[in-house]
Amino acid sequence: MTALMELRNVTKVYSGGLFRKRYTVALEDIFLPIGGERPGILTIAGESGSGKTTMGMLLLGFLAPTRGQILYQGKDLWQMPKTEWMTFRREVQAIFQDPFEVYNPFYKVDHVLTVPIAKFRLARSKEETRALVEEALLGVGLRPDETLGRYPHQLSGGQRQRITVARALLLKPRLIIADEPVSMVDASLRATILESLRKLNREMGISILYITHDLATAYHISENIVVLYQGSVTEAGDVDSVIKEPQHPYTQLLVSSIPWPDPDRRWEREELVARGETLEEETRGCKFAPRCPFVMSICHESHPPLFRTDSSRAAACYLYKDAPVIEGSDIGGVLGRGERVPLEEGQAPAT
Amino acid sequence: MSNNDILQVKDLRTYYHTEAGAVKAVDGLTFGLSRGLKLGLVGESGCGKSTMALSFMRLIKPPGRIEAGQVLLDGVDLIRLSEEEMRKVRLNEISLIPQGAMNSLNPVMRVRNQIMDGIKDHDSGMTKEEMRARVRQVLESVELEPEVANMYPHELSGGMKQRVCVAIAISLRPKVVIADEPTSALDVVIQRQVMETIGRLQEQLGISMILIGHDMGLMAQFVERLAVMYAGKLAEIASVGDIFREPLHPYTQLLISSLPTLSVKGVFRSIPGITPSLLNPPSGCLFHPRCPKAMDMCSQQVPVLKEASPGRWVACHLYEG
Repeated sequence: MTALMELRNVTKVYSGGLFRKRYTVALEDIFLPIGGERPGILTIAGESGSGKTTMGMLLLGFLAPTRGQILYQGKDLWQMPKTEWMTFRREVQAIFQDPFEVYNPFYKVDHVLTVPIAKFRLARSKEETRALVEEALLGVGLRPDETLGRYPHQLSGGQRQRITVARALLLKPRLIIADEPVSMVDASLRATILESLRKLNREMGISILYITHDLATAYHISENIVVLYQGSVTEAGDVDSVIKEPQHPYTQLLVSSIPWPDPDRRWEREELVARGETLEEETRGCKFAPRCPFVMSICHESHPPLFRTDSSRAAACYLYKDAPVIEGSDIGGVLGRGERVPLEEGQAPAT
Repeated sequence: MSNNDILQVKDLRTYYHTEAGAVKAVDGLTFGLSRGLKLGLVGESGCGKSTMALSFMRLIKPPGRIEAGQVLLDGVDLIRLSEEEMRKVRLNEISLIPQGAMNSLNPVMRVRNQIMDGIKDHDSGMTKEEMRARVRQVLESVELEPEVANMYPHELSGGMKQRVCVAIAISLRPKVVIADEPTSALDVVIQRQVMETIGRLQEQLGISMILIGHDMGLMAQFVERLAVMYAGKLAEIASVGDIFREPLHPYTQLLISSLPTLSVKGVFRSIPGITPSLLNPPSGCLFHPRCPKAMDMCSQQVPVLKEASPGRWVACHLYEG
């Protein structure tokens, strides 16, 4: 089984600085298969600086990797001929964080929907264009007559974000990369957008890569999760067990900091054992070691590989050094086993 | 509303006068803040939360105007104070951590001078030595090293910048602190640490606090009482436990059921419809076009906030009579 998309030993380094070159390693030696025989929803979780957005940009072909390969259907993105590149561009779509920035305020919202149709020559006539646009809007629960012909400022943030989902949907993609699609939307509308994403996955068989810092929504929408910390995978596995029993000390810290909307489940008042912030420094060892409450001497010496702690779990932590080591792309073996969340009957996104 | 309220808000109205008409951002707010407690205020964007905070501080700029109402801080009506009197009240008695405060620190000014700026502007009585001592003290209370005083904002992480903003807000030991989404730009781990620092300070200094935000999770973790605002009015105000366990107002009910919890997985419920225009609000109850329990009278009569049971206030016709 080949993955739809794959990161193979990918490293991305940003360099900057006018007089003295400074290097920032955004992602380091990442292997990750995305979308297999069954389309699923995979979460990439991490805080700012974890490299999650860089990963999205690499997968969309907006950035070239410093080392390693990014494969779409087994072919290297940066070496494929133009026709295949266009196919890739159509089949892998993006949804971004800010539903305000995507729009040009001088154009009606129709513009963001008709441009891709023209670009990929999806329609032969105005009527066909109109039909495609309406179909895509209905697919995300928007009424075309209430949406088309309006300017972006006349629509709510939730409507705007759903139009960007509709735009992704127009091109009948096989993979949607959604980078923080709900972090700027009100809580009451978050559910609607996540529900539209889930419908695309279930009903149209589109794989979704959900990039987020919000573990609570990740828990609800995805089957599998990969947690990044400063450019490396710390933990991967099915979302239920990762959120309910996190193994890596960093994931434990993240999960214990989720503000669950439940006054009976408050943060424990005890001091956080892990330190909050440290200045980044060069290390040969585990990047989390300076903050880790369970740090051992080996942690400063070498970077921990991913250990397979369970059939559907992996953690890059020497606490689990007795478990077998996962080599490179075998990380796919622990993903893809997460339980699918049943879709509720008759639940449609509200308009 | 009781005598133990440090802050009493009575029928506060703040409108923005635009060419198209008056936008009623805050339209008849009435509630009290008990001494030494933390009150949360939630609502969707555009419901008037920040306008309320700015009204308390008398920082509303044209075309906005406070039309009516009282904001009594320990019995003194802030709305009636002169501009000069109000300047002495700010930071001394009541202070605001505005939304995005950490990004409004002056980039070319050392942290010490930024904290001293506030002290000088609102309480000229302190000597330079006293001010320096105060800076050390407030930095320590927000868990920052004394060296931070000599640093510039760009040398600080997001969490540290937010702590500096908290330090400025408490530098003159106000009775009331209003924090408008103080951690919305921070990562969860840092958010938790900053909120725990704010919580500890609030208890130690006996500050009464209003936390404004839209993150119900943060509210559940942090506050004792919770007010739910909808389109410029309060829908409900009660203890945070009551709101989460048994919300009374249909809006609150929908809001609570839209939240992701750990126990129920994979259910996404959203609130149908969109927030009303504050320029042309619907008649009667502002929520009636979206309300699943709307009755005939809801489109005709505006419900008033009433005490449905001890300590639980709700503005909904379902709980009248």
